[in-house]
Amino acid sequence: MNILMLGWELPPHNSGGLGVACYHLSKALALQGATIDFVLPYTAVHPGVDFMRVHNATSLRPEERVHMGSYDSAGVLEKNLYETDTEGLGTMRAVQRHYVDYVENLVSTLTPDVIHAHDWLTMEAGVRAKELTGAPLVVHVHATEFDRSGEHYGNPIVHEIEQQALLMADRIIAVSNITKSIIVHRYGIPADAVEVVHNAIDIESFAPYEYDKRDYHYIEALKHEGYTVVATLTRFTVQKGLTHLLRAAARASEKHDRFVFLLAGDGEQRDELIQLAASLGIADKVLFTGFVRGKQWRDVYSLADIFVMSSVSEPFGLTALEAAHHESALIISRQSGVGEVLKHTFKYDYWDTDVLADQMVSIALSPSLATSLRRNVAEEYKRLSWHDVAAKCLGIYDHLRREALL
Amino acid sequence: MSRGLVIYLHVHQPYRIKPYSVFSVAHDHDYFNLRDDSDMNNEKIFHRIAEKSYRPMNKLLSKLLAHNPDFKISLSITGDFIDQAETWAPDVLDDFRQLLATGRVELLGETYYHSLAFFYSRDEFEAQVALHRDKVKELFGVTPTAFRNTELAYNDELAAWADAAGYKAIIAEGWDQVLEWRSPNYVYQPHNTEHIRLLLKNYRLSDDIAFRFSNQGWAQWPLTADKFLQWAQESSTDSPLVNLFMDYETFGEHQWADTGIFEFFEDFINKWSEQSDTTFYTVTEAAETYEPTGELSMPRTVTWADNERDLSAWVGNDMQREIARYLYALEHDVVRSGDQDLIRDWRYLQSSDLLYYLSTKWLDDGDVHTYFSPYGSPYDAFLYYMNAIRDIRWRVMRHHDLGGANG
Repeated sequence: MNILMLGWELPPHNSGGLGVACYHLSKALALQGATIDFVLPYTAVHPGVDFMRVHNATSLRPEERVHMGSYDSAGVLEKNLYETDTEGLGTMRAVQRHYVDYVENLVSTLTPDVIHAHDWLTMEAGVRAKELTGAPLVVHVHATEFDRSGEHYGNPIVHEIEQQALLMADRIIAVSNITKSIIVHRYGIPADAVEVVHNAIDIESFAPYEYDKRDYHYIEALKHEGYTVVATLTRFTVQKGLTHLLRAAARASEKHDRFVFLLAGDGEQRDELIQLAASLGIADKVLFTGFVRGKQWRDVYSLADIFVMSSVSEPFGLTALEAAHHESALIISRQSGVGEVLKHTFKYDYWDTDVLADQMVSIALSPSLATSLRRNVAEEYKRLSWHDVAAKCLGIYDHLRREALL
Repeated sequence: MSRGLVIYLHVHQPYRIKPYSVFSVAHDHDYFNLRDDSDMNNEKIFHRIAEKSYRPMNKLLSKLLAHNPDFKISLSITGDFIDQAETWAPDVLDDFRQLLATGRVELLGETYYHSLAFFYSRDEFEAQVALHRDKVKELFGVTPTAFRNTELAYNDELAAWADAAGYKAIIAEGWDQVLEWRSPNYVYQPHNTEHIRLLLKNYRLSDDIAFRFSNQGWAQWPLTADKFLQWAQESSTDSPLVNLFMDYETFGEHQWADTGIFEFFEDFINKWSEQSDTTFYTVTEAAETYEPTGELSMPRTVTWADNERDLSAWVGNDMQREIARYLYALEHDVVRSGDQDLIRDWRYLQSSDLLYYLSTKWLDDGDVHTYFSPYGSPYDAFLYYMNAIRDIRWRVMRHHDLGGANG
């Protein structure tokens, strides 16, 4: 099985979950015998990626790409990719144009059995590769423009790129039922064209790690005094519902004063959140860590008694699995796909700050509830494996190949 | 009687908070010392301003005092400044000492830590005024008889306090909305006081130097000593005083040497001195020379900043009010700890400048705020500030061996 995998990032140069999912999916597919050509829009070294061929579509450094907002669709103005200025690499569209050119060139020397494109960023390249090779196209939807834009309308051009590719795809993979529902209802795609394949987590890929209390005197002292640490780790964008989380934090603090809220990450909404915390009168209870990675990123989970995924629209939500691994009690918005695979969690509608506040207070005040949630979810997440995800994908590829032969 | 020029210059540098993350809390108790090249490195900034402003201006003042027997000037020098100068540039303090030794330079009293404590805690305020009084007595051998509150933040209550504390004079902004038809060029009697006198900043003439001097878009640019002399004389045709109050750093730092600010000042002082009907007063002298022309009441606090002339530049938004609330809520536990390092750090954090950096007033005043802020944004400043307060709480908790790390 030869797979042309069209991706936008791989760890350690990822800015979010997309790169992590692509890495583990590819690795698991390779372990099951697939040959993979993986195309990236930038040039960098990826340690540990020796199970597939990585192609670099441009000479951009990964951090240059990050500066333009890795998944960002806000600046996309040119609808027609071929009207985009090919001289520079300064905009998302220009990088995409180079990416498509590169893929066009690449397929002249490759004969893929299937093309697997991840998200709107690579969809045009996927469609083009399908046109040139005749190979079936699988479009894997990790997030749609509706998710990225939170409670607002997204960029209509991006929406149209998604629409075209979803229509052209031979098969669509959605990372959750929530995402499938968006594809069906917002893009008018027949339900039977969309298969739900939930993401997984690979604990073994985690570097050896030990949490050291001595690194966090302050937060540990708070915990020692009976404070409950509520954490979230995310990009600070409207999609993540953090203003609702802060309002719930203020509500919860009215009922129980020993809370501290750890907001790990960074993003365009940070300043608004800082100001909101101050105007809610809880600025001293809210800790902003800035962007975290490596050990600090793991430490955030270790510090968290409660991990909240507050997303307005979250196709999956890998961080919830990571939090489960570190034995936090989980509260997940009903608008987050990961809730479909984690039953031992509290659920709430992202806008319902009263319910969220109640759940946080309940966990804080009941050690037995907290312990049950933590233990059970820690067992539950282990049943998810990338091996199963890859097997489902291979099943889809096989099915497409058989269809093509008929 | 000849009309008098009252020049008052404010000398101050805050301890700016370095980028201080939540992960530093309980590990790193030094919020102020950064060893890099950024604009948050207090030592670097102090050296720069000493070179550009303090040394050349002190030299000029010394020359003017020697050359003009009637020249007098008033200064206020904060504890934050003195502490930094003692550490990094003691020669600058020697210069000030020599100026004061002439007997024609008055030093005003204020809070040691350039704080707005008056509005939050009378005990803390009085403690800081006493610390400043003791420090300047020790360093310069003088005891202030005139008072200026941080940012010229003034109201009737403050005047009553200063009166009871025995000060002979106090200064404030001469703000039109308070003065109405009255002129800032007279001595006033603050409402509900016995002996103290009030001097008001002539903000138009003061700001011509402090803010507009180098502004080439200003219709009056370039400002010459002759022109300014004429304005000052016109302003005081029928009144006894012209009160020019501004930052000392106007000379050489806010207005760089190449704008001609030093030459302008020297020229203007000499020309004023040469007139037949003019003289110079220190703040206390002016207050003692003239009978008050009337009573003046300022029930609401007036400051010398921004179009509003109120406290909104420092505590106008939620972030600023939160910080002030958390900071002063710690007073009791910090002070009773007796831990001098802890108390000092907590007091450095009270500097009004640190609150000013959190201002989000973008419009007309916004660019002044940006100019005076070393931080990328008020939000960054807020996070560093809040984390430093968390560390103070941690130290308090450790000291008293009790709970309360979160307030």
